[in-house]
Amino acid sequence: MLALIRAVIGRDLRLAMRRQADIVSAMFFFIIVVSLFPLGIGPEADLLRKLAPGVLWVAALLATMLSLPRLFADDHRDGTLEQLALAPQPLGLVVLGKVIAHWLVSGLPLALLAPVLGIQFDLSTDALWVLTVSLLIGTPALSGIGAIGAALTLGVRGGGVLLSLLVLPLYIPVLIFGAGAVDATVTGLGPQAHLSLLGALTLGGVFFAPWATAAALRIALE
Amino acid sequence: MNNRLINWFKYASPQSFYPIAGKMIPWFWALAAVFGVAGLYVGFLVAPTDAQQGEGYRIIFLHVPASWMSMFIYLVMALWAALGLAFNTRLSGMMASALAPTGALFAFLSLWTGALWGKPMWGAWWVWDARLTSELILLFLYIGFIALQSAIDDPRRADKAGAILALVGVVNIPIIYFSVKWWNTLHQGSSVSLTKSPSMAMIMLWGMLLCALACWMYSIAVALMRARSIMLERERHTEWVRALLTSTNSGKE
Repeated sequence: MLALIRAVIGRDLRLAMRRQADIVSAMFFFIIVVSLFPLGIGPEADLLRKLAPGVLWVAALLATMLSLPRLFADDHRDGTLEQLALAPQPLGLVVLGKVIAHWLVSGLPLALLAPVLGIQFDLSTDALWVLTVSLLIGTPALSGIGAIGAALTLGVRGGGVLLSLLVLPLYIPVLIFGAGAVDATVTGLGPQAHLSLLGALTLGGVFFAPWATAAALRIALE
Repeated sequence: MNNRLINWFKYASPQSFYPIAGKMIPWFWALAAVFGVAGLYVGFLVAPTDAQQGEGYRIIFLHVPASWMSMFIYLVMALWAALGLAFNTRLSGMMASALAPTGALFAFLSLWTGALWGKPMWGAWWVWDARLTSELILLFLYIGFIALQSAIDDPRRADKAGAILALVGVVNIPIIYFSVKWWNTLHQGSSVSLTKSPSMAMIMLWGMLLCALACWMYSIAVALMRARSIMLERERHTEWVRALLTSTNSGKE
């Protein structure tokens, strides 16, 4: 079981490394979106500090969404997905491996980039730490829930826009608790409660989402 | 037991459900009209003016039933979706997609009437409180469902994909609701609840319940009508639809 997951992760990471432009462009999308906000709002440090958690988290949501359509599309096009679905191992585990690989190339870099961008918003050191931790805890849930949307829109007309329509409402709890954790640190309350809830969402999402995704993939492959 | 199962599944086929739905629709329209007239009569003419909110509160006779229906229809839709996935019945998917536009309409109505009520009461068309926000998210979920179904050409795949989305949505609704609730609470507490006696006057409650029944009957009638046209559209290649359409055409001539 673990060997299967590891194999899928390894394969997806290798594929991602061969096409680094995709990862890099999603990162730059994140950086650009975050940098646009001060230009639109104005450079007052107080205001920016207040907006930072929400802006960074919303940008992270959008950047994660950008890479979702490719999660299954390439494998679907060349027939790999059908082979994976025919394999004796549960499809859910394969999906779990792909979700983890997706997180490693999208969520993890976002979390590592975020503190650098947080400095632009004049966040304190504590808040920067919590921002990184909240993104580390929360982004796996984004990959997991996003996989359901990616599977449902596989091979569908206008898949990209549709995907955001399906997935963004489901991202709201993650956004609330993720941005809330940073916000609570900025205002002096502890971030523990938010981070715990975020962890619960991620555990639930990563555990259950692959099975819903597998069901959706089977429908798409019918 | 076995007989019963067979009877249920008999009406799960569009061919036998179509005429029954056709017979039921006028009754549900009639009930909707009766309850609607009664509810509006109670709401506008019998119920007293509210001590604090004046005449403006009367919008709740539409607002509250619309909110109830928008939430309830999503549950029913998810139930049909689950049945469709479990038993692989064609009718379940048709019912789910027939219900979605009505649910979206009620979610929109509830937001709109809420805004109309909020302006005089709170001084704002919109506030970011828990119940408004989750109603808005519910509307997004409906729109996502409708958009997904209309983007997929093959109706069977559309039904199943929609079913999974509806089920994922239903699991998420409580999570979304509570997260939004903790995020911000400003709305006045709920005045009707199942556990404690209602804090509103009895006559207002009656008006609201009558209106809710009217909305309920309306939803059933409209969903059945929509389901009937979906049935005709999807089963147009079958014998029974052809027979039905030719017989009605010759009847008119």
